[in-house]
Amino acid sequence: MLRYTIRRLIQLVGVVLVLSLLLFAWLRALPGGPVSALLGERSTPESREALTKQLGLDQPIFVQYFKFLGRALSGDFGVSTGVQPGDAALDIFLQRFPATLELSFLAIVIAIAVGIPLGYMAAKRRGGWFDNISVGGSLLGVAVPVFFLAYVLKDVLSSALGLPTEGRQDAIDATRVTGFFVLDGVITQEWDAALNALEHLILPAIALATIPFAVVFRITRAAVLDVLDEDFVRTAESKGLTAPTIRRRHVLRNAMLPVVTTIGLQTGALLAGAVLTEKVFSFAGVGQALAIGFERRDYPVLLLLIIMATIVYVVVNLLVDLSYALIDPRIRTR
Amino acid sequence: MVTPTRKKDRIDKLAEAGSDAGVSLAASAWRTLRRSPVFLTGAVIIGLFVLVSLLSPWLAPHDPSDPMLIDQVIKARNQIPAVQDGHPLGGDLQGRDFFSRLLIGSQQTLIVGVLATLIGLAGGLTLGTLAGALGGWVDSVVMRLVDVMLSLPSLLLAFSISAMFARPNQYTVIVAVAVVQIPVFARLLRGSMLAQRSSDHVLAATALGVKPGAIVFRHMLPNSLGPVIVQSTLVLATAIIDAAALSFLGLGNPDDRIPEWGQMLGDVQNVFDTHPQLAFWPAGCIIVVALGFTLMGETLREALDPKSRR
Repeated sequence: MLRYTIRRLIQLVGVVLVLSLLLFAWLRALPGGPVSALLGERSTPESREALTKQLGLDQPIFVQYFKFLGRALSGDFGVSTGVQPGDAALDIFLQRFPATLELSFLAIVIAIAVGIPLGYMAAKRRGGWFDNISVGGSLLGVAVPVFFLAYVLKDVLSSALGLPTEGRQDAIDATRVTGFFVLDGVITQEWDAALNALEHLILPAIALATIPFAVVFRITRAAVLDVLDEDFVRTAESKGLTAPTIRRRHVLRNAMLPVVTTIGLQTGALLAGAVLTEKVFSFAGVGQALAIGFERRDYPVLLLLIIMATIVYVVVNLLVDLSYALIDPRIRTR
Repeated sequence: MVTPTRKKDRIDKLAEAGSDAGVSLAASAWRTLRRSPVFLTGAVIIGLFVLVSLLSPWLAPHDPSDPMLIDQVIKARNQIPAVQDGHPLGGDLQGRDFFSRLLIGSQQTLIVGVLATLIGLAGGLTLGTLAGALGGWVDSVVMRLVDVMLSLPSLLLAFSISAMFARPNQYTVIVAVAVVQIPVFARLLRGSMLAQRSSDHVLAATALGVKPGAIVFRHMLPNSLGPVIVQSTLVLATAIIDAAALSFLGLGNPDDRIPEWGQMLGDVQNVFDTHPQLAFWPAGCIIVVALGFTLMGETLREALDPKSRR
């Protein structure tokens, strides 16, 4: 187990290194090179030359790459040119990451809390109207562009339910401990602030949850269908176990492995979906920074955020793989 | 070597599904599909979509780039032209006939979807065939590259590729959406090839002295087509949705004289609350078409899966 974890972590370092090389090349391949990209349209020959010197672009390319790597390792990813001009890219990430984490966490909780029970019920009623409607709904969920759904939720549902739509800016200002607004409210026992923060999260979280929900639902349904056919379920039934026991101990536990894998993979969809959803709701998270970064071509911020997104995605999937051991004792003893 | 993402496992599983598929599986799949109402619904939707997009130049009553109703936009101060005679859906903010734009838009949408899928397929086919057929260090190099690409969330990768181009246009959108699919197809093909390298029919062909090239193209590739077709159908749906997301982030084609649904939807984000109909029509079209492709793809997958042949 430990050896496996270490090997996976080494591979993560490898992936990040290759990715940094690719992103470095990406920055290089930009029209006009990084100087134009960094200075934007207001560049003068003098400012270009100064920045070329300052960035060390007059040096050989591999020297540049290692310098870039060295700076990156010490946390210096450059200064934002478009998202929050003048701020260090790393600060922008650190400021905004808790917001996105909070939002994604709620979204994945919704996807799991709705997707798994619904998937189980659909499998038990295979071919019935409940099954057909929910399978149709899940296929529809994947076909709807995320940002369109977010707009519909924002314009239609928010007024009907009286929920806030504009990010976290107008959230009740509570004492900040962690940067997670809901958690902060709970820690400091400012319950109104916690509830208010949750209200700000709910609509974007629903929009963000659709695709993971649809996928979790379908995988659960398929996995439960597979397990229901197994001999051990029939054995459990014939030896007279109660339905809830069979469901908990035999069916769900065996069906969970593919579902957990899927949940890990869906964090990728969450990261990309957060870019779109946070833009619609003006939610001041990492996704919004990426959206603005792409619009205004803020390359230092984009570079850092893309690397971070990859690390998060890979680490989550590593954790998912490790969690197999908790679910499946056969893997633990191997 | 275990790699840091499990996305590949899912793809590998799909690759296995058709690895020992013979004619009989294809035939039995077709028997199932012909009677499946879900597949037929998808097929009818896609059939209509393709028909409309092919005929759209003749079906569209007006030129989609002609601001013929611009007087009404100016007079009404930022109102869009209402539904009227000859304009069944009214006009857009530039006074262009909205119905014509939707019709012509179907053609561009089909082009984006098909080209993106074909490019992704061609790239993946080349890489996957090379890796799977040659094995050894070629396999290692190609697959490590594929793994790095897969370790980035795919839509985020598409955004990054688009951001490389200073002036996005129709083709940069297609490229961005297509490149993301290359690693998926590559893994799929490679998995399928590897599974066949040790299979009896390849062994038999080798023993008979068939040239390696002929074995790959005549014996291995055709047997890998099932999962590739399934994946292509599903990619057609995602390509159209992804293109819309690119437009929404300002990474799409800014030239809207020849409209595309994703672009039409992405471009009206600022007037969504005042003129929702400008978003609802293209969004509705995208949803129906994406659903059509998904229905076909999912039923195909089920029909080609040997496990579900009961």
